[in-house]
Amino acid sequence: MNNSRREFLKDTVKAILLAGLPLSAFEVFKPEVFAATILKGNKGKQWAFVVDITKCVGCGMCVKACKLENEVPYDTTVSRTWIERYVVLKDGKVLTDSPMAGRDGYLKDDPQGQKIPKEDIARGFFVPKLCNLCRKSTCVQVCPVGASHYTPEGIVLVDREWCIGCGYCIMACPYGTRFFHPVYKTAEKCNICYHRITKGMNPACVDACTFGVRKHGDINDPNSEVRKIVLTERVSVLKDEYGTMPTTFYIGLDHTVR
Amino acid sequence: MLVHGEIWTIKEQFVYPNEFIYWSIQIVMYPFITGLLAGAFILASLYHFLGIKELKEVSKFSLILSFALFFVAPIPLLLHLQLPFRGINVFLTPHFTSAISAFGLIYAAYGTVVAAEIWFIYRRYFVEMARSLRDKTDKRFSEKIKYIIFSVLTLGAYDVSVDALRKDEKAVKILAAVGIPTAFLLHGYAGFIFGSVKANALWMSPLMPFIFIMSAVVSGIALCMLTYIAVMEINKFLIKRKRTASLPFRSEKEIRRVEIYELRVTVKYLLMFMVVAITLEFFDLIFRGYTGVKSWEVLKNVIYERDFFNIFILQYGIGGVLPMFILLLPGLTVKRSVVGLILVLLGIFMMRWNVVIGGQMFSVTFDGYMHYKFPIIPHDYETFKEGLFGAILVGVMPFFLFWIFNKIAPVFDSQVKKT
Amino acid sequence: MKSHVWRPFLVVLIIIAAFLILRAFLVPKDFGIHLQGTQYGNYTTGYYRKGDEDYWKAIKVKHRTRDYCKDCHPEEFENIMKSKHAKVQCENCHGPATDHPEKPEKLSIDRTRELCLRCHASLPYRPSVYAQLPGAPITLKMQDPVKHNPGIECVMCHSPHEAALKKEMLKKETRR
Repeated sequence: MNNSRREFLKDTVKAILLAGLPLSAFEVFKPEVFAATILKGNKGKQWAFVVDITKCVGCGMCVKACKLENEVPYDTTVSRTWIERYVVLKDGKVLTDSPMAGRDGYLKDDPQGQKIPKEDIARGFFVPKLCNLCRKSTCVQVCPVGASHYTPEGIVLVDREWCIGCGYCIMACPYGTRFFHPVYKTAEKCNICYHRITKGMNPACVDACTFGVRKHGDINDPNSEVRKIVLTERVSVLKDEYGTMPTTFYIGLDHTVR
Repeated sequence: MLVHGEIWTIKEQFVYPNEFIYWSIQIVMYPFITGLLAGAFILASLYHFLGIKELKEVSKFSLILSFALFFVAPIPLLLHLQLPFRGINVFLTPHFTSAISAFGLIYAAYGTVVAAEIWFIYRRYFVEMARSLRDKTDKRFSEKIKYIIFSVLTLGAYDVSVDALRKDEKAVKILAAVGIPTAFLLHGYAGFIFGSVKANALWMSPLMPFIFIMSAVVSGIALCMLTYIAVMEINKFLIKRKRTASLPFRSEKEIRRVEIYELRVTVKYLLMFMVVAITLEFFDLIFRGYTGVKSWEVLKNVIYERDFFNIFILQYGIGGVLPMFILLLPGLTVKRSVVGLILVLLGIFMMRWNVVIGGQMFSVTFDGYMHYKFPIIPHDYETFKEGLFGAILVGVMPFFLFWIFNKIAPVFDSQVKKT
Repeated sequence: MKSHVWRPFLVVLIIIAAFLILRAFLVPKDFGIHLQGTQYGNYTTGYYRKGDEDYWKAIKVKHRTRDYCKDCHPEEFENIMKSKHAKVQCENCHGPATDHPEKPEKLSIDRTRELCLRCHASLPYRPSVYAQLPGAPITLKMQDPVKHNPGIECVMCHSPHEAALKKEMLKKETRR
């Protein structure tokens, strides 16, 4: 009796092992997965963005449109895109601010809440910021669960149903584009309005911009405006020292821009 | 509507609108707890693997403590998550390019090694308990439960012949050997989590894992010694009240002798690791200052001005140099070592604090600062779990578990013999 | 399994097997490494739940752009297209259309000074000559909000659709 029970237990264990292992052996062991890590792949669609700082007047309509379009609670300081104001004083000091992410534009001359005499100001400008569309992003690399991921066209999305909210991606992004969505509690970021660009529309911020500061397009398409700009004009990227290979290009970037 | 982190973050100058102190007290607690557990395990291994006989009495003790800490280690991580119920995803779909996902593997491996080691050490005890309870007629309800627990714990291996026990010893030795690198890995990877964040100028350093490991050993040893002293003092107190029947020690004198001997031996190892830890940290600091890359301007401000008190007074002064003197001066007494050890723990805790919070005291713009307002009185779920009470909860939990584990696997040899 | 030494090993194996079975149930079927023949189809960048792409594609479009407005409001559309405000989207002032006219039935109009001042408040570092607008180069009417009729809404005198003073205001001014 005792002996047969032991045999039965043994058999059960064996059966469980045999049934369980092939069911979900880790992904990495699959041959096509090995292939994926080696294959470079062809040059498909690759979204890129161009921001012309010289044209920006800091009206903040893009931020407003973005927050409404992407349902980021309007009265929070966080935003997928934001506008920074840089005021360079004649003594070399730089005053930078972005109150409420620049949502309400800049109506008063009060950088960082200070009243600066007009004659002390050397120059000033506005810099719109958004996801830098890195080709080697740190945020995707550090996601522990595979919730942050690329789409085939090079946009990074966050899976709201799988994200655990650890905040590692927020820490890893050198551009400060990520934050926790106050409602969903998951990491949130600019995806240049994935729901719009996949329908052939422009991102909400591009449409909202009266001055043509923002442009987006396929950088691998020889006829796209973005590609022409990147190839013919002097463009720069933000913080290339991090090796993230951003594809959000800036025209008229200043060394004071952070 | 408040965004996560807005309650306890005060911004100064230019900080990106999305930046807050996202990693708060629980992320300070996490490396602190894993540090303690790795340190406690290494202390135990010094006896089991390297055969340092002086540590025999502390070894079992620290092994069980380490096991208790093992169950608490993921709690701060869970409390810090925005969606704690999805924490299991880290095990389900690990994305191994992320340091955090390695947690699943390393944590499980470490738990396996420690559990197996404990099983081999206590197997004989489990068998004896199970047998004596089995033979007992008219068992009480609690004894029935005990019998079930112990017979499950034997895993059906009732062979306690000399030959079998020798095999156990050999297994313990192998497991201790395997366990040391696993413990290093478990904590070193916590250092890697921070050290590999290239966006954070203060964290990004290849020395980070090593600094973490060394300070882990220091804090682990300190905690083991403190708990050891506490247990011994309780024993003393009980002897005074003449409740000697169930106690491992016969007289107060015996306790005092054992206690101070163990302390003097262990303190040497503690100081050794401490010197290495502080040396590494200073090397890191000097290197940063000397190379002076772009981020140094803002780091300098944080280290030497904004965070000066936390770093140089609390961490290195009160938590480093002072206890070193207290523990090194000849004629070490129990009282003095308690003071010294508490200061050591404070120093290590401040080190974690200064890494985690200090690393978020400046913006990635290098042009602004953030100040952390530690939530003490909770007024909602978030300030509870990521505030003083959440931290205390995590801090108390290991000792509660230790108390439970001690009932199943007693940590003192003499206690074992009596029952 | 002759020796008892292997017992913990067996326990570990059982736990691993149980975990793998549990994993098979809990992980969504479309989770994996997705190969689309792009540079992103690897474990580092493309390890995710495929359904997530559809989730983001299904987000509602709220800003429908002026093409959506022009059929029902041809007069306003033509007016503004002739004006210097031609590049300003209708929804910048009227708010996102979403499913208008069903939902919302009526759009709210932002008539505040603050809206106009986003572009027209004079700042020492805000460009006032603009080369990129239609009919460029064009001067943006810059006003110091403190000096220029404070407390009165801009739309009292100015017509945003014409980007000029209102007709009746113009008459007043010529009469004077």
